[in-house]
This record gives sequence, structure tokens and C-alpha cells, in this order.
Amino acid sequence: MQNRNSTAARRASGRRHPLASVALILIGLLTTGGAYALLSTTASAESSSDSSAAITEGQKLFAANCATCHGVNAAGTAEGPSLYGVGSASVDFQMGTGRMPLAFQGPQGAQKPPQFTQTQIDAVAAYIASLAPGPAVPDEKWLDGSGDAAAGLELFRINCAMCHNIAGAGGALTEGKYAPALQGVEAKYIYEAMVTGPQNMPVFSDLNLTPQDKANIISYLKFQQENASGVGGVDLGGLGPVAEGLFIWIFGLGAIVGVTIWITARPN
Amino acid sequence: MTTAESTATKSGVKAAGGSKFTSAAASYLDERTAISGITKELGRKIFPDHWTFMLGEVAIYSLIAILLSGTFLTLFFDPTMTEVHYDGSYVPFKGVEMSAAYSSTLNISFDIRGGLLMRQVHHWAALLFVAAIGLHMLRVFFNGAFRKPRELNWVIGFVLFILAMGEGFTGYSLPDDLLSGNGLRIIDGMVKGIPLVGTWVSYLLFGGEFPGGVIVPRLYSLHILLLPAILVAALGLHLLLMVINKHTQYGGPGRTNDNVVGVPVMPNFAAKAGGFFFVVFGVIVLISTFFTINPIWNYGPYDPAPISAGTQPDWYIGFLDGALRLVPPGWEVVLWNHTYSFNILAPMIIIGIFILLVLLYPFIEIWVTGDKREHHIADRPRNAPVRTAIGAAGVSFYAVLWAAGGSDVIATHFHLTIEAVTHTLQALLILAPIIAFWITKRVCISLQKKDREVALHGYESGRMVRLPGGQYHEVHQPLDDYERWRLVDYHDYKPLMIRPGADGKIKFSQRLRAVVSRWFFEDRISPATPKELEQGGHH
Amino acid sequence: MAKKDGGSAESELATKDGAVSAGTAVIAAEVFQNPGMPPHHPRATDQDPKKEKAAARRVGGLFLLSVASSIFAIVAYVIFPITPGNLSSVRLNNLFLGVGISLALLSIGIGAIYWAKNLMKDGEWTEPRHPTRGSEETRAAAAEVFKLGNEESGFGRRTLIRRSLIGALVVAPLPAVVMLRDLAPAADPVALLNKTMWAKGVRLSRDPDGTPIKASDVTIGSVFHVIPDNLGDAESRLDEKAKAAVILMRLDPQDLHVSEERKDWNYQGIVAYSKICTHVGCPVALAEQHTHHLLCPCHQSQFDISHEAKVIFGPAKRPLPQLPITVDDEGYLIAQSDFTEPVGPSFWERA
Repeated sequence: MQNRNSTAARRASGRRHPLASVALILIGLLTTGGAYALLSTTASAESSSDSSAAITEGQKLFAANCATCHGVNAAGTAEGPSLYGVGSASVDFQMGTGRMPLAFQGPQGAQKPPQFTQTQIDAVAAYIASLAPGPAVPDEKWLDGSGDAAAGLELFRINCAMCHNIAGAGGALTEGKYAPALQGVEAKYIYEAMVTGPQNMPVFSDLNLTPQDKANIISYLKFQQENASGVGGVDLGGLGPVAEGLFIWIFGLGAIVGVTIWITARPN
Repeated sequence: MTTAESTATKSGVKAAGGSKFTSAAASYLDERTAISGITKELGRKIFPDHWTFMLGEVAIYSLIAILLSGTFLTLFFDPTMTEVHYDGSYVPFKGVEMSAAYSSTLNISFDIRGGLLMRQVHHWAALLFVAAIGLHMLRVFFNGAFRKPRELNWVIGFVLFILAMGEGFTGYSLPDDLLSGNGLRIIDGMVKGIPLVGTWVSYLLFGGEFPGGVIVPRLYSLHILLLPAILVAALGLHLLLMVINKHTQYGGPGRTNDNVVGVPVMPNFAAKAGGFFFVVFGVIVLISTFFTINPIWNYGPYDPAPISAGTQPDWYIGFLDGALRLVPPGWEVVLWNHTYSFNILAPMIIIGIFILLVLLYPFIEIWVTGDKREHHIADRPRNAPVRTAIGAAGVSFYAVLWAAGGSDVIATHFHLTIEAVTHTLQALLILAPIIAFWITKRVCISLQKKDREVALHGYESGRMVRLPGGQYHEVHQPLDDYERWRLVDYHDYKPLMIRPGADGKIKFSQRLRAVVSRWFFEDRISPATPKELEQGGHH
Repeated sequence: MAKKDGGSAESELATKDGAVSAGTAVIAAEVFQNPGMPPHHPRATDQDPKKEKAAARRVGGLFLLSVASSIFAIVAYVIFPITPGNLSSVRLNNLFLGVGISLALLSIGIGAIYWAKNLMKDGEWTEPRHPTRGSEETRAAAAEVFKLGNEESGFGRRTLIRRSLIGALVVAPLPAVVMLRDLAPAADPVALLNKTMWAKGVRLSRDPDGTPIKASDVTIGSVFHVIPDNLGDAESRLDEKAKAAVILMRLDPQDLHVSEERKDWNYQGIVAYSKICTHVGCPVALAEQHTHHLLCPCHQSQFDISHEAKVIFGPAKRPLPQLPITVDDEGYLIAQSDFTEPVGPSFWERA
């Protein structure tokens, strides 16, 4: 809260403190978290049911691995945002996909092999969830791909495809950021990304896309990857016309030029 | 032949029966068509045999694959934008409202056996068609095979290239999926940017506001009727002129500007070319079997609100899209109460000039050299350094625009920022052609020098000999006459010397021509002469 | 080594009578002579009858393989039918049919080429070339044809006929041009481009299901893709959607840099902008939560939502038009009016 006041003071003087964006993220997360506290009974129920042993373990892991950037109390520093109200979903997503801890400060944290076991991640998640209410790790029933793929396709087209590409192949954003590919990403992480809005992804709260909507999107992606992508053969990464153009020049025309050389070469 | 033979056996005629039937059939045909004359003229016509001469064939054979697969598609495609509720077998679209065009394309893909294969054959063949035309044009350019008497055929070939792109774009728009709809949206935006008439042209083209309900059937009639008719007619003319002019050939022993060395149409060339048709078609089907192209079911029916990352045109339109991407911010002005969209006009004008230069190059070169002789020997690219360098500059200009068309993919795959990629390509659009020109010209001249060296002194054999004086000397293996001929058989030009006309004045056009001529020919390497060889190549 | 002034060039002006100008080509007095065709080396199949037989068998084998492959393709067509709703069946149909057809085609092709290369008569044939132009007699005869045509018709002489005919031919295609007018209905495109379905009181609703959006639904960091509530009533839904698509974001009000005349256009930091790019009209839908940038995926124009969607990168010139919004009695977001300027790409009459 102190952060917020200081930001206001800076703004009045017309200059932006480097902490301003961190503070804004904090405000954003608090607001989201607040909405969750009010609307998502599961979130609060789960966070209160976590065992205190896990929380203690999580706190230790946090202090050793995360506190450098996020602050000892997870209140954020110049290097990393506050984690109040980000919820266990955010921790599970960021650590589970290896994005956190960051390899280096860059435009965007990249996916890499996770550095912690799921038990350790759960412990940190429990600790963070104990600080302030936030979106929880999703229930298994939204993740099994049993939703309505047709509805999911429509929602995916409107809300996701512009950044992640219609085949989930990913795409470029501004200033070196990018929307990662969704092919092969676990359903849990897709759900968590939607509710928490990691990095520069917008938040798709339950007021925008209901849990059922999210389950439908996950079901469609599963359908697309398992059934639709290879119908006509190898899909060249789902990148669209650029990949197709390169393919025909290099392999199509390449093979045919090879044949022309054979045709006109004189046999010995 | 087998039919002829069986007929012959049945009628009890002995061994000669087969040829008897053939000659009777030939006679029947000739008495009604005078085809013997054509057969006599063309049947043993000689075609030079070189792999680079087969690139145009690739284009023709892809076109045949396109026509065959396209005909199959027309049997099932419904080119209307009537709203229907999808009732095919792709589950995620059950009951979804979409145009009949999109719905029938889905049906071709998922409900007609072999339909998906034919769609993929049609699309892959189209990409190959334009690619083969491009490579063929480059071959003709770098060989100087556009010189007299083939300038007009260059123009016809150029028209074919433009028609092919038009066919490609109209076809890309027909399935009415999200990708094609967004492509049309870009066309609509570009058309609206044309001064004075743009708004109305767009309004008439789309039959009202974008997207309207008529653009697909309108493009369909262009795609399957008007454009193919013009294309096939122009192709016929292209081939006719090729037959009249006879094919160019590479220089070499026994090959002169006054002969053609190669194989006769019947049987050798016909077998090779006919076989090659099946190979090209087979490769296209093979690619279509194993590689997906344009999975329209991922995109969904066109809707103006959604879009996919990586929304790009097919490769041959990529350079136009790239040109739009490279425009710096703010190129739009309001003057006298009208909007001038230079962010759209500038790329159109620049590409228009580029295309015009490609079209006119043969006429520019003949104006510079003043050489009105017929040329049937294909130049080795190194022996026309400035032309080759101009070609390299053009290729790099096109390549930069093309790369810009995929700038987002470049950014994500090489972990760069989209801004840096764009700014780099903006700079390269100007720098790359200059650098490519300079490097290519230097490389050509070095290769020419090397050729001279080899023609006069022979190859370096790699064998060292110790001379009586103690020095070491590498033995050079002299060339035989055939090898040497390949290196010395070319013509060069010198810069134009301007002389005053009868009235003692020098016209501006003459001055200009002299300047361009100097730029073309000031650095030149003459072919080695027998005299130089006699003198032991000392110079 | 480079000769700066070689040989005796034929100047274009100094062309000898009849001969074609060589322009600035250097024609050296003394050049190497073409040594003629090099000696012919026979192929293995020409020398060894065994190899020739083997080659013939290979060609025949390839043609037979083609027959087998074509039959395989027909069989595949029958035994791999498409089961509705089962995409694997489509995959198998495509795969086996394609393998059969491509093998059939490739075998014919490779067989024929192999035949030509190894078994057909080998060698290089030479054919003379003649100048492309007709002989002098032919050209004279052709000129005579035109001369006679002109004389017999009087085309050159009868100026009235000639000029009136040319006039008639120029005017004749004009009706065809005029007939293109009815490609589009009788309306003024400029007026159509100037209005969308947004009007005072129209609720903002979710794309695609059309459920209205409450201001409280829009948390900070959220992005909603929005259509007008009444889009379903539109006569041509896609035409209207192509103009009315809107992107809705909520920013911290402190983050918004709002000009004086637009200070009432947002609702507690919720802002609505046209989603149609001002460059060539793609949906500008790529929203970044923290930078507040909107990116167009077609040509990479970038707009800064915190500064009234001004262009910060790319070919677009104008900011995205803003839709003035507020809430109604029930807390739903509504438009205050239509856009105050035309949305989408620029056009001539826009200014």
C-alpha cells in the first residue's frame, strides 16, 4: 500500500518512478485477487485448507529461490512484481513451466525445464496463496478435454488466435515479446494462464470466460492437436503460408531441379 | 501399338499389319488435317538438352496439374456466400452458420474421398507453378535469353507471371475462411487508399460494403473462366514464339549462333519431356500426400472480428505484403480536404516501378548496346557482369520485401524484436541491392579474369617441378581446343563514344545513352585471343 | 588485363548497307575458331548388350509398377472410405490414395526418362538456324498485301470513313463500362462508411455470444472482444460487424492519458476502441496487459491504448477511433453515441 501512495506522488510530479509499473501490476493483481475473493469460493476454500506444513516449506523455498526479485515478503522489488493475490495458479504456471525462476531479465521469461518438483511448487503455491487470496490451481474436471470443442473453437478464434495463432503455433508481439506456442502445453497450464494473465497476456477472469468456457477452449485445443492437425499430412508447424512457401521453394522446387539435372545428365 | 497389333492379328494380316494400320490411320488424319506437314516440320526439330532449359516445363506441368485438380474441385465447390448451417462431418462446426463456399470446401476436405488430396494438389501445384515461373524468369534473365529476337516472348512470359499471381490470389480468396477473408480485407483497404476512385472501386468490387455477399462468386468467375482463358492463350503464344525463335543454347564446341545442337523431338525429347510431366505431377501428388497445405478447418468461416497471428498471403504475394509492412509511420496526409494514403500508395508505386523495369529490361539493354543482331547463344552470367549484377540487385530487392512479408515469423524464430527486424529490413531494402550489385559485378569480373588466365596458361596441375636453377615451378596443364573454346566464346561491348550528328550537335538521348553505356561496360574483360596464346599469354 | 579500348567496333551509325547493327559490340579481327563437335563417347548400354537388356527390363518394370500402383490407388479408394466424423479415416484415405497415385505417376515418368536416356539413340543432332525475319521476297509480298488492301479499300484515302470508323470503335465499348455501375446497389458508399451500428444506449456485448457486459465484469488487465448488442438484428451481419467490432480494456485510471474533450468517454478506466486497423483494416486484436500496446498482426502497426490509441509503430497513421461509453441503470456498459469518425482504412473522401 505504501507503494501505491508513492506512485501517486510521483505521478503528481509528472515523472514515472521505475517502481511505478511494478506498483501498477500490484494494483492490478490486487483488484483481480479481490474479485476472486468475492466470486470464487473454491479459491478461498482451497487456500485455507492447505496444510501449514506445506506453507512453511513453501516459505523456505521462496526465501531461497524467489525472494531476491520478489522481496522477502513477496511484496515485490524493482526486479520483480509483488505476488500478493496472484494465487496458487500463477505460481503453478510460472514454476511448473520453468518460466520462474527467470534465467535472465529479458523482454519475457521463456519456457524451460522446471527446476523444482511438483511437491516443491505446490508448497510455494500454498505459501503465496496464504498471503492473499487469488486464483487457485484449476479443478481437474475443467481439464480433461470433455468440454464442447465447437464452442471452444469459436472462443479460441475470438480471444486467443490473434496472438497464439489459429493452430496454436504462437506469434510475435511488440518489442521482442511473443505469444508462445500452445502445441503440447498441458491443459492445466493453459487454464492457469487464462486466469492469471502471465507476463503481457491479458487476464481472462471467470467474468469474461467462465470456467466452462475455458474448459471448452482446452477441449478444442486437444481436439485440434489430436485429430485435426495431421489430417492432410505433416502440418509444417501450423505456421501457415510462410512455412508453405519456404517448403515449396526448398523441397518442392529443389527436388524437381534435382530431377532435371538427372534427366539431362548423360549416362556413362 | 498393342491395339494395332491385336487388330492386325484378328484380321489375319502378318507382321506388317501393325504398321499398315498406323499408316492407314495417319493417312486418314492427314487427308483431313494436313498434319503431315506439321509433323515433318516439327517432328525432328532439335531441342538443346540442359537442365536449366526445363524450368519453364515445370511451370507448364504444374499448370496441367492445377487444371486437372481444379476441374475436380469445381464439381463439388459451391461458389456462393449464401449462409448455410454446416452439416458435414467436422464435429466442431456442426450447426455453425457459414457461407456455402466455406461449407462446400469443408465437404471437399472431409466428406469426398480424395477431395482433400485434390485440394492439396491444387494448392501445392499453384505454389510450385509460380515458383517455377520465377526461377525460369531468372534463368532467362541471367542467360540474356531475352535478347533479340525474344524480347516479345519475355513480355508474354511476364504477363503469364502476373496472371499466375492473379490466379493465385483469386483462388486463395475462394474458400471464404478466416485467412482468405482477412486477405480480402487487406485488398479492400488498399483499394480504398487509391485516390479519387478507391472508395467506389471497393464499393463496386464487393457489391456494397465489405465483405458483402458477392465477392466469392465474382472472384470465382475470374478464377475459373477469365484468367485461365487468358493464361492458356498467352501460354500458347509463348510456346509458339519459342518454336519460331528456336530455343537458345549454351555456347560450346560445335555450337554456334547459326545452329541448334540437341536431341530431336521424336523420340528423345518427347520421351524426356513427357516423362518429366509425370515426374512433376507425381512429386506434387507426393507432397500433397504427406504435407498439409492451408488447413482451412483450423481457420473457421470468415468473420471480420477475429484474426490469427501469422496472417500472411501465399508466398508470391508476400513481397507486396512485405512492402506494406516496411512503410514508416505517418505516411498519410490530408490535402485540400482529401486523404492521400501514401502508406498504401508508396508501396504500390515502388513495386509498380520495379515490375515495369523487369518488363522493360530487354528494351533498355538493346537501347544501351545498340546491338540489333539476333542472339541465340545463352550468355554465361559472368560474361555480362553488369547485367548479372543488376539481376542480383533485383533479386535482393525482391528478397528483402519477401522477408518483410514474414517479418513476424523471422522475429519469433530468431528471438528478435519485430521492431528491429522491420528497421533492419527497411535499411536493407536500400542497401542490399547496392551491395549485391557491387559484389556480383566484382565476382563476375574475377571469374572472367580467371577464365582468361586458364584459357592462356592452362589449369594448375598441382604438380611442382624443380627447375635446374633451383626454383620451383608449378606445371600448368594446357587446355585442349574444346575446353578452351568454352572459355573464349563470348562477345563483349565497349562504352559508347558519342559523336555529333550531321548538324554538329549531340542529342540529350545520346548523352544519356553514353552515360548508361559507360556504366554498363567501362569495366570489361575481353576474351583471350589466339595471338595472346601464341605470345605465351604474356601481356 | 582489361582492355579499355578493344577491336574495331561497328558503330551503329556506320552500318553497312543491309547488315544489322552490332551496336557497341567489340568485333575482334582475330578470334579463336570454333573447334566443332567434340568426339562422341558411347554409353554402357550401347556397348554391352547385357546392360541394354537390363535397362529395358528396368523400364518395363517401372511401367508395370505404375499399373500396380494405379490399381492400389483404386483399391485404397474403396477400402479406406471416409467415416463421417472420424478424421483418422480422412487421413488414411488421403495417405493411401496419394501414395498410389504419386507412385503410379512417378513410375511412368522415371521409366520414360530412363528409356530415353539409356536406350533411345544417343548423340547430338544439329539443325541450322535461320534469321527469324522472313526472306526479302516474303516481306515484299507481305508489304504488297497491305498496299493492295489499302488501295482497294481506300482506307488511307477516304478520311471520313476512316475517322468515323475509329470513332465508332472507341465509343462502342463505353456501354460495357457503364454497365458495371450495378455491381453495387444504388447508395453512397461514403455515407455508409461514416456510420456503424453503435448509437446512444446500445449495449456492449461479448463476441460471439452477444451477452451484455457489466462494467464490474471488466477487471483491470482484462480484454473483451465486443460487438453491439443489436448486431443480431442487422440485415447484413458481417458487413456491420466489419465496422462495429470493438476491443474493450480496463486500465488503471491513472494510466490513462485522456485529452480534455474525451474525459467522459471512458468509464472508470474502461475504454473501448475500434478493432479495425486504420491502415488496411485487419482486426487489431493483440493486446498486451502491461504495456497497453495493441498490435496488428497483418502489418505490425502498434497503438498505445494508454495514449488514446496513438500509433507508436508501423505503417498506420491515425489512432484507432474511440467509442465513447458509459453504463446504464443496470450497470451494463453502453455506447454514448456512434464513433465520431469513420472506422477502418483511410479513403479519399474521408478527410
